[in-house]
Amino acid sequence: MTHSIYIYILVAAGVSFLIRVLPLTLIRKQITNTFLRSFLFYVPYVTLAVMTFPAIVDAARYPAAGVAALIVGVVLAWFGAGLFPVAVSCCGAVFLAELLLGAV
Amino acid sequence: MHRDILHGARDGLPIGLGYFAVAFSLGITAKAAGLVPAQGFIASFLNHASAGEYALFSLIAANAAYWEVAMVICITNARYLLMSAALSQKFSPETPFFHRLLIGFGITDEIFGLGIAQKGWLSPAYMYSAFLVAELFWSSGTASGIIAGNILPANVVSALSVAIYGMFLAIIIPPARENRVVAGLVLVSFACSFAFSVLPLVSALSGGMKTIILTVAISAVGAVLFPVRDTKGGETA
Repeated sequence: MTHSIYIYILVAAGVSFLIRVLPLTLIRKQITNTFLRSFLFYVPYVTLAVMTFPAIVDAARYPAAGVAALIVGVVLAWFGAGLFPVAVSCCGAVFLAELLLGAV
Repeated sequence: MHRDILHGARDGLPIGLGYFAVAFSLGITAKAAGLVPAQGFIASFLNHASAGEYALFSLIAANAAYWEVAMVICITNARYLLMSAALSQKFSPETPFFHRLLIGFGITDEIFGLGIAQKGWLSPAYMYSAFLVAELFWSSGTASGIIAGNILPANVVSALSVAIYGMFLAIIIPPARENRVVAGLVLVSFACSFAFSVLPLVSALSGGMKTIILTVAISAVGAVLFPVRDTKGGETA
């Protein structure tokens, strides 16, 4: 079955809108259920971690360059670098690693 | 009011510059999925979520079902539920209802951070101004990536393709440093995700399904073993 890119975009936009707006408009009190609070607290970290590895290793042309980006990203983020510096440094790590690998 | 608009633009600009670079690399993913620049602009304007859009474009490329897109967006954007809940505490009782809808629409990791950092009640003018500035960079960055991604040399494209993961790392690593449970869950997530990419049977699942299964399972186990008692809803990125 072929799908329409516009419908894909609208589905994603509709779901995104509901997620962002429903708590703001419906929940006027704090969530008290400990399991739900804990689950929602962990979700963002788990989902981003799952999407990052091993995908970062496969994203570059050489897996070793992807590993270099992973190490650089983790170290810089660990020491508090922001989104932009970390993202750019990961790109730089891949660029340099591929230059080296290509030269060997 | 005028001052709030100016302050919003001032705070939104550096966020926007960071967004542009990441959105550019997202545009490369979007192009690979078959999107034209206008579609990339619209997708970014309506969704403005790096992880969610990355998942969206990957699913489009895989010709996934619409329901699968809805599920994955729910999972990847679940953190906005928390941020939205947290922001609801920052609205003055007199704020008209439509501001909740519009400010809610504008929630991103960074815009949420600006909102939470505000002293006292939220100023809608400040929030709209910061959001619009950042958002225009985000959307035009995506369109630019679709336009220019294919005229860049292969080594530059290869380098830019990890930008999005760098941003993810910048979101998850600092809290992992502060919180051992988060650190443990990140490592477990890396390990399980790697296992799911190589093990027979599960490696055949689509990327979106793997993300859903692993996120729900690992977060639920984490919530049962290490219940969180004292967090406020939202965590800034």
